[in-house]
Amino acid sequence: MKVPTAILTLIIGIIITLASLWVSQNNGLMPIAAAAEATEIDRLFAAMMAIATGLFLLVQGALIYSLFAFRRQANDETDAIPVHGNVSLEIVWTAVPAMLVLWLGIYSFDVYQSIDSVGTMGSNHMAHQHGQPTEMQMVTAQTDGSRAQVPGNSLWQRKPKPGAASADVDPLVIKVEGLQYAWLFTYPDTGIIAGELHLPNNRPVTLDINARDVIHAFWVPEFRLKQDAVPGQETHLNFQPSREGTYSVICAELCGAYHGAMKTRAIVHSEADYQAWVDSQVVASQESRTLAMKPLNPIPPSPLQAQAIAHHLPINLEPLGAPGRHETLASVADRQEH
Amino acid sequence: MTQAPALHSEVEVTPWREYFSFSTDHKVIGIQYLVTSFVFYLIGGVLAELVRTELATPQSDFVPRETYNELFTMHATIMIFLWIIPSLTGGFGNFLVPLMIGARDMAFPKLNAIAFWLIPPTGLLLLLSFFVGPASAGWTSYPPLSLITNKAGEAIWIAGVILLGTSSIMAGLNFLVTILKMRIPSMSLNQMPLFCWAMMATSALQLIATPVLTGAMVLLGFDLLVGTAFFNPTGGGDPIVYQHMFWFYSHPAVYIMILPAFGLISEILPVHARKPIFGYQAIAYSSIAISFLGLIVWAHHMFTSGTPDWLRMFFMIATMVIAVPTGIKVFSWVATVWGGKLNLCSAMLFGMAFVSMFVIGGLSGVMVASVPFDIHVHDTYFVVAHLHYVLFGGSVFGIYAGLYHWFPKMTGRMLNEFWGKVHFVLTFVGFNLCFLPMHVLGLQGMNRRIAEYDPKFATLNMVCTIGSYILAVSTLPFLINAIWSWLGGPQASANPWRGLTLEWTTPSPPPVENFEVEPVLLIGPYDYGRPEALVMTSAANPSLMGKPNSKAETVQPLPSREAEDKEGG
Repeated sequence: MKVPTAILTLIIGIIITLASLWVSQNNGLMPIAAAAEATEIDRLFAAMMAIATGLFLLVQGALIYSLFAFRRQANDETDAIPVHGNVSLEIVWTAVPAMLVLWLGIYSFDVYQSIDSVGTMGSNHMAHQHGQPTEMQMVTAQTDGSRAQVPGNSLWQRKPKPGAASADVDPLVIKVEGLQYAWLFTYPDTGIIAGELHLPNNRPVTLDINARDVIHAFWVPEFRLKQDAVPGQETHLNFQPSREGTYSVICAELCGAYHGAMKTRAIVHSEADYQAWVDSQVVASQESRTLAMKPLNPIPPSPLQAQAIAHHLPINLEPLGAPGRHETLASVADRQEH
Repeated sequence: MTQAPALHSEVEVTPWREYFSFSTDHKVIGIQYLVTSFVFYLIGGVLAELVRTELATPQSDFVPRETYNELFTMHATIMIFLWIIPSLTGGFGNFLVPLMIGARDMAFPKLNAIAFWLIPPTGLLLLLSFFVGPASAGWTSYPPLSLITNKAGEAIWIAGVILLGTSSIMAGLNFLVTILKMRIPSMSLNQMPLFCWAMMATSALQLIATPVLTGAMVLLGFDLLVGTAFFNPTGGGDPIVYQHMFWFYSHPAVYIMILPAFGLISEILPVHARKPIFGYQAIAYSSIAISFLGLIVWAHHMFTSGTPDWLRMFFMIATMVIAVPTGIKVFSWVATVWGGKLNLCSAMLFGMAFVSMFVIGGLSGVMVASVPFDIHVHDTYFVVAHLHYVLFGGSVFGIYAGLYHWFPKMTGRMLNEFWGKVHFVLTFVGFNLCFLPMHVLGLQGMNRRIAEYDPKFATLNMVCTIGSYILAVSTLPFLINAIWSWLGGPQASANPWRGLTLEWTTPSPPPVENFEVEPVLLIGPYDYGRPEALVMTSAANPSLMGKPNSKAETVQPLPSREAEDKEGG
């Protein structure tokens, strides 16, 4: 019995669609999402995975099928049935991808606007800077530090709504400086300078990012956010941690020989733990003011000094472990001697 | 058949010395390009293996960290500027374009030779920079890092890129004029083989984009050597401006590296599928569309550089739009293969694998075009995977397909099919083992250009390294096969694959003047399945033997498309 082509095509189409949807939801390729923005980006990724898997299966399936079905018989010197084209088919495979990328473009635009990570799109950053209340912050305030994910569509409300009055949570502004090969985080509200990024959960954060020597890039994979640190310019990153835990801060832009070792930790605390950390740091920084002030010295530190500063501050380059750490410092010292 | 003149005894084999001379013969120059660039491919490959060996373990324990940065910088520089661009445009472009359009040579033969002879000394210069410490700021060479590391090597790198860019501009100009002006009169643009369309699109990019790179290099050189501050922030310069200038060339460079490969595949698939190319005009015009769009997408490399939002959105949309003409090509290739009578020789296997691998690179390409997603994966191994699926799974598979397909024409000898298939299987397996896991690594949080990484990535990195070793081994069967066959392989007929483009109407290898008499277009380049095609490509037909005029008795000259349209309308 021969199955009609139309039915066969339909069945294959359904199978490909189901497989694509399954892959998009169950690929497990992304790390844990630890910021409200990450959830949005993961949803976008899932959508793209669905489309990509569908197209992948379609093209690879057709090629593999051809490989077996259309093999030339030995001694068959004749040509295949000549088909020069098929206008309706060509219109379909021009129009469908065009609509897909149009949709994907609009969707990406939406996500980008809603995460508003660089803070100029919806003037959100400006609003934060001027301490204007936003509804998003109201939502945040109402979540009482619980782990509940911020609903995706509520991210739209981050756009400032003039006149909206509510209990305001100012974004926590942190100055981030990249230097060969360490990150320095300055908390202007308390004067803390740290080598690790400590954040309270569920509170909006604004990073003002700069670089001292060469271009670096601030990246926390669990936040899905990355921003270059450019010497001579200030860049920004706005986000809101949504999950307590310890994550890696990674330099993503090649910055020299020890680029791979330029890592530190981002620790998302509960509000209480964060406050405890702030209190402990304020005391500590008073005790070791000389050391803490060093990075603010107008003379940039050598890589060795930077390492030392970073080392002395509570940095733990977790993935490297202690031996790697020693090796790094030893080889820097080596190089300096030569 | 018996009265047909025997091919090889009559053809003067080019003396080997010719290949080491300032020859102005486009075929000699084409082979010079291919052999030279293949040597650099092997060198770049050795550098890649050293990089992968370092990355086999999470610690930085194989080479010093500075050396590691030098290795990947030179790997990319060599693979891009000394392997893929020269072999595809210089190598295949030179050998094939004049033959395909029935010309006797390129429009400017001396310029052609100069363009080639800029390459070996420049390549040598770049290699010699290993003695002073080569450039180590990545092939992108972003200031200020590039201004403060390995100054001598960086200066040599800048000089090298300027010289190679100049060579590329010369070649682009030559191709454009040759294709537009030197076709045989009976060949309209719409009867031109698709490889020539692709080369036309490529040349336009070379001419428009490369001078901007040269400009960027001159300014970077001033910053480096004279202490100006065009890009140096300590003197008030703007490093982002460099990125704009660099990517204004270097994104189109991706299309310079893939469009000719698209062209090769559009030639190879119909021949071995015994079917006309599906949607000739769509493929031809999509090359032009990609070429144009390729010029307005550069800043998608800079989505995390502190670029303004409107700019990110514009470049995101423009980049995604490229998926449309690219998709047209991919679907057309699949449709060409579909329902064919596939001769699964090495050339065809590489050709089909090209489509299969390029699709993966294309799909991940649309993903990284999306700004929010790119903010996560920019500068990670996801991008490394993407670019290698395009440049290795695409360009290099295309080059191999082309080498298997045209080797008989170039050398007059057939390659060994068995070893060709061994080469194919090893390359395919090694390539996917090496680069597929990198997608996962990048998504999970492994950044690129690092000598040491989080131990949780150790297993996948080991898989990548093993894959890279298989890739290294895979070049051996090809290399031995190519040298062996070139010296003593079975002799090739004029048209071993029964192709319809003009290069197959002249002996293998072609005589110095390419054609005994100026060829007349008797049949379209992809008219398989027409009775005339069968007659023309049949082994018993003497018209194969480089006497196109004799064909006129059996086959009517092809009416031009315009004439057909008029009749139809």
